[in-house]
Amino acid sequence: MDLIADHISHRFGALDVLDGVSFTVRAGEIVAIVGPSGCGKSTLLSILGGLLRPSKGAAELRGAQPAGSLNPLTFVFQDFALLPWNTVEENVAFPLLHTALGAGERRAVIDDALRRTGLTDFRTAYPKQLSGGMRQRVGIARALAVRPAILLMDEPLSALDSQTRELLMEDFVGLLADGTMGAVYVTHNLEEAVRLADRVVVLSRRPGRIREIVTIPMTRAERGTVEARGPMAALQGELWSLIRKEAIDAEREVQHA
Amino acid sequence: MLDRAPPETKDRSTEATRPVAFRGAGFTPGDSRSAGWIALALVIAVWQLAGSAGWVNPLFLPAPSAIAVAITKLAMSGAIWQHLSWSIMRIGTGWIIGTAAGVVVGFAIGLSTMARGVGITFISALFPIPKIALLPLLILWLGIGEEPKIATIALGVFFSTAISVYSGVDAVPRNLIRMAQSFNVPFHAIVRRVIWPGALPSILAGFRITASVALLLVVSAEMIGAQYGIGAFVLQAGNLMQTDQLLAGVVILSLFGLVVGKLINLLEVRLLHWR
Repeated sequence: MDLIADHISHRFGALDVLDGVSFTVRAGEIVAIVGPSGCGKSTLLSILGGLLRPSKGAAELRGAQPAGSLNPLTFVFQDFALLPWNTVEENVAFPLLHTALGAGERRAVIDDALRRTGLTDFRTAYPKQLSGGMRQRVGIARALAVRPAILLMDEPLSALDSQTRELLMEDFVGLLADGTMGAVYVTHNLEEAVRLADRVVVLSRRPGRIREIVTIPMTRAERGTVEARGPMAALQGELWSLIRKEAIDAEREVQHA
Repeated sequence: MLDRAPPETKDRSTEATRPVAFRGAGFTPGDSRSAGWIALALVIAVWQLAGSAGWVNPLFLPAPSAIAVAITKLAMSGAIWQHLSWSIMRIGTGWIIGTAAGVVVGFAIGLSTMARGVGITFISALFPIPKIALLPLLILWLGIGEEPKIATIALGVFFSTAISVYSGVDAVPRNLIRMAQSFNVPFHAIVRRVIWPGALPSILAGFRITASVALLLVVSAEMIGAQYGIGAFVLQAGNLMQTDQLLAGVVILSLFGLVVGKLINLLEVRLLHWR
């Protein structure tokens, strides 16, 4: 199943946020969206996931929904968005409660999601008892439970410390390795974009327009090797050169606001 | 290859050292229950001493022991239970009606643009009115029975409940609602599983306020027009200059307030254990 951004423009009141953004996320593909602060990355993701109606253009799906998928477009949120009054298990079960799954099948899905994210021993814990990294794992387990076709990840690691970020990035690489699930990964971290994505959409400063779509010339498996570090650093440098001036301008604009 | 430095040992220099001054004290008040009880016991002891020594006229301020005797006599005669049961019936009925209506209206205001526009205007206009001022009008409308007293309490409870409920709904983090929407969770389930528990801390805080409002209104209403009830009893004792009985009524009201507060505490512990 492909996800298409078709000439998406958006404005909040008098503020133009996005201007004519078009690209396609093909089945199983990981597309990172990067750009300066305030360029509309998160707004674009909300539009792609159907949480925000664009002022112009549309988000569209092409192709059949994968068999067994309960929620083809599934978000992983920056702030985890866990229900604090529910345990880990109840949080993972939350999106399944109003589906047609039977109790036994639901239990199996929850167990599988908890196992894949290393949360089996924490199923009765409440979010307040968990570290930031573990909370995000719960968010990922909840997303996996509905068997998404495309994960919509809005800076999922930005609220975490660098060590936890590194560990969760390894988890993401593992979870997305088999290519059955695609992803749109919004980030301001170019290292994450180069490490995870097949293509990187570079947005200009507000109103966000597509400045460049960069294909990462390495397979995901190759990027885990020591030899890949040099070329990946070079790619990061190229991406940074694309957005540096606009990032400086955007920062000054935010400070003047 | 990491270049590892040897572990550092304490500097053996002969120059005198001095500890870094601690500057982090204060601004973290602890919870000292015993201090409160000791202070209360001290006040009662001084009060009793003043009464026993004849420093104050018992007509104006009877000693605690006299109040205790009055309470015991009231309990033995059964009068206290008669008054208390009438007050509890009025408070209970008025509070339940006011709370039920307040929760419904509060949720409507929190969830619907139309209800918010209309509801907040009416609440802003009517909330500041002292509800006891409406009792004569309610007597005209509903007669001289229990209904106007219960309606006065219900009105007082309703406005505070509605405000705390819609404030609670407004305070539910929007990201949780968006998360539920992103999983196609139906509206009613979002209300039940996200908004209701999210608003509960504010709703329970509102219960604490409305319990006090109900107590205040029941005493006022009973003083205006009732034969039985703690308010009526206190007024009657005051008219007859039976200050020991009057203060017995006040102590009973205080204890009643404490019990209600404890019940709300228990409810919070049970329902908000996740905080």
